Amino acid sequence: MTDNGSIAAATWEQVELARHPDRPYALDYIHAIFGNFFELHGDRLFGDDHAIIGGPAGLDHRTVMVIAQQKGRTTAERAMRNFGMANPEGYRKALRLIRQAERFQFPIIAFVDTSGAFPGAGAEERGIAWAIAENLVALAQARVPILTLVLGEGGSGGALGIGVGDRLLMMEHSIYSVAMPEACASILWRDIARKVEAAQALKLTAADLKRMGLADEIVPEPSGGAQNDYGMAADAAGAALRRHLATLEAVAVDRLLEDRYQRYRRIGATS
Amino acid sequence: MFRPKTRYVALPSPRVGVGEEIDRLTCPKCDTSLEPARLTAALGVCYRCGYHFRLRAPERIAMLVEPGSFREEDQNIIATDALGFKDSQPYSKRIEQSRASTGVNEAVTWGEAILAGQPLVMVCLDFAFMGGSMGAATGEKITNGIERALHSRLPLLIISASGGARMQEGMLSLMQMAKTAAALGRLGAAGIPYISLLTDPTMGGVTASFASLADVILAEPGAMIGFAGARVIQQATYETLPEGFQTAEFLWQHGMIDLVVPRPELPTVLRQLLELYATNGVAKDFDLQPRAKASAPTPAVRG
Ligand SMILES: [Zn+2]
Repeated sequence: MTDNGSIAAATWEQVELARHPDRPYALDYIHAIFGNFFELHGDRLFGDDHAIIGGPAGLDHRTVMVIAQQKGRTTAERAMRNFGMANPEGYRKALRLIRQAERFQFPIIAFVDTSGAFPGAGAEERGIAWAIAENLVALAQARVPILTLVLGEGGSGGALGIGVGDRLLMMEHSIYSVAMPEACASILWRDIARKVEAAQALKLTAADLKRMGLADEIVPEPSGGAQNDYGMAADAAGAALRRHLATLEAVAVDRLLEDRYQRYRRIGATS
Repeated sequence: MFRPKTRYVALPSPRVGVGEEIDRLTCPKCDTSLEPARLTAALGVCYRCGYHFRLRAPERIAMLVEPGSFREEDQNIIATDALGFKDSQPYSKRIEQSRASTGVNEAVTWGEAILAGQPLVMVCLDFAFMGGSMGAATGEKITNGIERALHSRLPLLIISASGGARMQEGMLSLMQMAKTAAALGRLGAAGIPYISLLTDPTMGGVTASFASLADVILAEPGAMIGFAGARVIQQATYETLPEGFQTAEFLWQHGMIDLVVPRPELPTVLRQLLELYATNGVAKDFDLQPRAKASAPTPAVRG
């Protein structure tokens, strides 16, 4: 195997770990890290999307607003969660929670775990792109600290729709990509079989994002992956979230918002 | 990077033979063989069936702004291959080829111009350059345009034509969605109007960021607009897609855009909107804090 080939294989291993069926999902982390999580339902416009969940939760002596993409484990739950692919209702529920977090000064903690927004006719009819775009602005302007933690898959605009914030943390074996490798391979090579090559080219591992300066911290996972020890993974995630939250809470809100703006402004800046 | 001083550029007058489809001069909708001169006179709209041909950015700009008023910015910003991306060929080579074949350096052109007597910032995407895809340089130019509108208190017009985020720049492309959206958030908070014109096609991360974040959203007839492509949706859901799915008219019916505007009517519609939205405060010292100030009507000082 060529050098390039072995790097590609190693990258693909990360993709498979990020999608491991036994990997802890958002609710596993939420129940382990927070006390008194109260799930709120519905976008007040159309329906309730079970692919995005959220609500207030206790973290030490404060309340935070949790917004998370949730995958299902059993066949029935996978269908109910729509495989973690949200419709516009999910993003609009998230928007409702962002606004509420701002009103009550709850820091926002977002857990990203989706292969992407749902590609469906109904999603298009109800303006999935509009819903995501609106969240990008709402998150950029929310006057509370925002932490984003990628748990497994960070898929494209669907991930970004709840993923803008002051810090981007990634679980050690999580990925985050402009497009899933399969989609990339089918667009660029017109051959889905070249997904392994695509995964490598896209630079989508947590380590890649850290190297590019896009991710702030990689949260270590138990040996072999988070699926081997949920408690250990959640402890590491909880510790990282607490540490970053404490730092951000000490920053004046105007400074916080300016820093958040510059955080994105400098990506790809030429001068 | 070296940034040239602003200078006036002469733009070619609208002409046929530049856009990929116009080369064929056969209407893809009604199959009529079209006369170039007549098609040009009709602004690239099929004079038999009304099909709107795609336009290049320079053609678009020349078609709308007062002659000689467009001052292009950032024309020397060029994409870089930050990931060392290679598909059937290296991305760096793809950039070179696109620059050579399109005669522009990026998938977006922006500058200040005068439209209907009103100075504004105009940002125009070009589908001929790598499918109008948004990479880091593209996002940078768009954001520079938005920030110019903010700091110079000028209305903003963005004309979109894009397949979405540029795959070859990976996450650096995706983050341009957040960057452009954050800049538009500030523009909106400052009370500066933004008009978005969606043209064929506007998809993916471009629709899901700056293109849909306008105060007024217009679209050209028949333009394909959406997030996921129809093929992807069919593969994922096996759904039978409704007729006219993702066309401008379809989106209008679903409340996603304000108006479908045939190309010849565009100047009139833009003039009307600029008069309405740019009259009360944009050109004035509209203060960020006391919103009450804006309620006192101020006479139009321009246009
Ligand atoms: Zn025709």
